[in-house]
Amino acid sequence: MAYLDAASTEPLHPAAREALLAALDVGWADPARLYGSARRARLLLDQARAEIAEVLGARPDELSFTTSGTQAVHLGVLGALQGRRRAGRHLVVSAVEHSSVLHAAGVHEGAGGSVQTIGVALSGRVDLPSFAEAVAAEGVAVAALQTANHEVGTLQPVAEAAEACRAAGVPLVVDAAQSAGRLPIPPGWSVLAASAHKWGGPAGVGVLAVRKGTRWRSPYPEDERELRRVPGYENVPAVVAAAAALRARAAESAAENARLSALVDRIRAEVPRVVPDVEVIGDPVDRLPHLVTFSCLYVDGEALLTELDKAGFAVSSGSSCTASTLRPSHVLEAMGVLTHGNVRVSLPRGIPEDDVDRFLMVLPDIVRRVRQRLGVQ
Amino acid sequence: MIWRKKSPEPPAEAPAPVVPSAALTIDALGRKCPIPIIMLAERVGEVPVGAVISVLADDPAAFTDIPAWCRLKSHQHVESYELPRGGWAIHVRRQY
Repeated sequence: MAYLDAASTEPLHPAAREALLAALDVGWADPARLYGSARRARLLLDQARAEIAEVLGARPDELSFTTSGTQAVHLGVLGALQGRRRAGRHLVVSAVEHSSVLHAAGVHEGAGGSVQTIGVALSGRVDLPSFAEAVAAEGVAVAALQTANHEVGTLQPVAEAAEACRAAGVPLVVDAAQSAGRLPIPPGWSVLAASAHKWGGPAGVGVLAVRKGTRWRSPYPEDERELRRVPGYENVPAVVAAAAALRARAAESAAENARLSALVDRIRAEVPRVVPDVEVIGDPVDRLPHLVTFSCLYVDGEALLTELDKAGFAVSSGSSCTASTLRPSHVLEAMGVLTHGNVRVSLPRGIPEDDVDRFLMVLPDIVRRVRQRLGVQ
Repeated sequence: MIWRKKSPEPPAEAPAPVVPSAALTIDALGRKCPIPIIMLAERVGEVPVGAVISVLADDPAAFTDIPAWCRLKSHQHVESYELPRGGWAIHVRRQY
């Protein structure tokens, strides 16, 4: 099986596996207690916090661990809104945010707040002048923008958006789940969210960072864990493994990014050459190094995924027939690109070039067969 | 509150929008994408260049995908009109 779905989850990094097994033995005690084994767990937790904070460009005391990237986003968005209640009740988001951001926005709306959605170009990049104009308006509490889109890989102008937010005195929540561990975090965020399993750490570890001076109040009942920002007992071994993975990724990223990005360039160039009627989606240059999305005309996404699975390729799709909602991806819709026949290829660390060669070899015939079944010549 | 391009439901008392006539109407109501687009691609040659085809479709994907098809195939997406019973009449002008 060739695994081409790293954007869903990156396989566990060997450094994380090793750290996890070691920490399960020595880091199991309650880090809030005062005896020897507890102090050891506390030491491991805070060391991991310092290491992750350094790679992400945060201070250790700004950073808390959550149980997932989704929880980090929920807490980040709702906590920032709570902290700014007196300044306003208006939230500004891009149309292509991850569903965790949009669902948190939905909760805010349900509680009487308002939400403004900023559209994107055909490339998936947010309309920056509109975003800047929206955050400068009266009564804006919080703005949110992702570092990179999870479905099409397009990088967002976070530094520029952060500058507009700073000028307006509005905190910016940045969802860095798809880029953390791969690219440097752009400057200017007020609240940052990320997810360890996306960079090769274990599942169940998210990161929430709240910049010093940012007003933030937990939307949950009070709890003393994780600098009072996240409720519940810390998973110290998983956090230690997440830090080991991030450290390793940061060290490898320059060389591996260049390799993966060249493979993505090849897919972007080859797919339209070998498959007729294909639209390659997302920004060709300002993009994540490992992710490429394309849509094939006259093909249903589910059939395409099933055939690719049979041929030994794991990919994902934003087409409606592959989603539980029967709606196409809101990202593809907002971009105005083809939503059917959609395939997202995202390359994990260390993928053999041969897997990409074979993918490009089998794809034309699979698309032809699916089209034939639908009666397309 | 996933962002959607679809315009909000018109108020019940509002008159139904007048949908201009078209040279050819393709009824793809109840058909899932990509079928409405396959039907459109098959029949676009049946009307003269410059004429308008109306595709009736209610799969939400068609609302995005037919204009995207026009862009890819260099035809013109004229307008999408909401139908009183759900779905849209998506008007496409043959350009070549």
